[in-house]
Amino acid sequence: MLSASDYAAIWLTLKLAGVTTIILLLIGTPLAWWLARTRSRWKGLIGAVVALPLVLPPTVIGFYLLVLMGPEGSIGQFTQWAGLGLLPFTFGGLVVASVIYSLPFVVQPIQNAFETLGDQPLEAAATLGARPLDTFFTVALPLARPGVLTATVLGFAHTVGEFGVVLMIGGNIPDKTRVVSVQLYDHVEALEYVEAHWLAGGLVLFSFLVLAALYTLNPGQSSRR
Amino acid sequence: MSIEARFQLAYPGFTLDVDLCLPSRGITAIFGRSGSGKTTLLRAIAGLERVLRGRLVFEGEVWQDVNFFLPTHRRALGYVFQEANLFPHLSVQANLAYGKKRRRSQSDLEPIVELLGISHLLGRMPERLSGGERQRVAIARALLANPRLLLMDEPLAALDAERRNEILPYLESLHDELKIPVLYVSHAADEVARLADHLVVLEGGRVVAAGPLAATLASADLPIRFGEDAGVVLVARVAERDPRWHLARLVLAGGTALWVRDDGHPVGKTLRVRVLARDVSLAHKANEPSESSILNRLRVTVRELRPDSHPALALALLEADGQPLLARLTRRSAAEMKLEPGIMAWAQVKAVAVLG
Repeated sequence: MLSASDYAAIWLTLKLAGVTTIILLLIGTPLAWWLARTRSRWKGLIGAVVALPLVLPPTVIGFYLLVLMGPEGSIGQFTQWAGLGLLPFTFGGLVVASVIYSLPFVVQPIQNAFETLGDQPLEAAATLGARPLDTFFTVALPLARPGVLTATVLGFAHTVGEFGVVLMIGGNIPDKTRVVSVQLYDHVEALEYVEAHWLAGGLVLFSFLVLAALYTLNPGQSSRR
Repeated sequence: MSIEARFQLAYPGFTLDVDLCLPSRGITAIFGRSGSGKTTLLRAIAGLERVLRGRLVFEGEVWQDVNFFLPTHRRALGYVFQEANLFPHLSVQANLAYGKKRRRSQSDLEPIVELLGISHLLGRMPERLSGGERQRVAIARALLANPRLLLMDEPLAALDAERRNEILPYLESLHDELKIPVLYVSHAADEVARLADHLVVLEGGRVVAAGPLAATLASADLPIRFGEDAGVVLVARVAERDPRWHLARLVLAGGTALWVRDDGHPVGKTLRVRVLARDVSLAHKANEPSESSILNRLRVTVRELRPDSHPALALALLEADGQPLLARLTRRSAAEMKLEPGIMAWAQVKAVAVLG
């Protein structure tokens, strides 16, 4: 069965994934809107940067973030200057790393949804007197809802499943940075296979339920992808 | 004259170069083939297309000028798209309310919904409407936002003949009820003849004719562009109904009379009739009624003879008591009859379409 430290890891994982998903939706939605609508020549470059975490090994991201957020790194210098201390091996550091690592999983579905929207509904709204921000909230966002739902689920699930970045940035501190995937690793290292089964099986079940819910509730979006 | 529109736009394969002064009442049809720039012109007036070199003044209010561009949402206009373009996530009722709320419009829902016959659809979602119903809801939505200018981009083009005929009567009643100017883009001559008061003809992004409908239809080299549909639209009053033969006598502005099928319009009503050039022939002598089946014979003066779309044909521009008329005939007939400007002749009108 699950031990107290397993429960602590699960709670920490859910907290990390929740906070990360909320932050990602807040910055990912405007970013996706910009990528979907802009004619700027920077679009390709920004799009490539957003997609980088899809192809880079998590350890690469973790390594650079560790360097950047360390005492000598630019982010580290800034956080020290701002009185926040250093981010590596803290929950805050994990959140920053997770946001970067899961960014494409949130931005791309929303961007797709905004792109399939086309100009027509937005033009109709403009001719009816709606300001651009009004149009965004009352027409674009509701029509992109399937994409936003997909993004939320993928962002959350992907954060739950991360391991490499966490290990590089967070280490393995109980209640602060020891998430489920790290806890599972510890169990296996200690040859505690029964405990490992509980956690691993739990993760499989969780991921399956999330995806099943997504594809059942959101049939249009899943068939288009 | 109070809509001033000047736009210049050029990119490979397409130019738009117009300088128009449009009336602030009635329906102005913007007519042209696809690719003539009519939709681009309409979108530029709406502010949906940003034409860098342009000037647009609506009833003294500048909407666009050098270094000034009023965004679409701040222009008091209504726009009816070719595809109704309703918001798919909102019910008909919420679609109608969308613009009304944002423009703080005081327009009553009832009369407009009634006029367009959509009161039974209010609770439905757009996906559950037919093409014709969608377009009627779109027109109502545009009107409820209290526009001072209504722009319609081929609102019937995406519909089949049956749906078109379902909507045309609504558009005609709009024509009688609306106090605001309407710009109506179309490539269908029959819609233009039925609905328009003024006509702007575009070709290759340029204005080739503009003015009141009847005069413009008959003027310049325009009829050729209408091809088989070349003809004139005249306004007439029902003067008499003959119950024995089920005919009605219509009187044109100049006093000329035309007998047409009695469609039940009351005496005194003003109607719009269309006479196609191919239904008018010319003769030097008026046949006696016993000699010909043609009911309408008008004394006309030949004003001009013009080449037509085919080298065998010619178009004669005629005048009957000040009213323009077109006749299509072969050039051989014209030569044998020695037709030339100033000559008097009899026009035999084979068919008159009453447009209502």
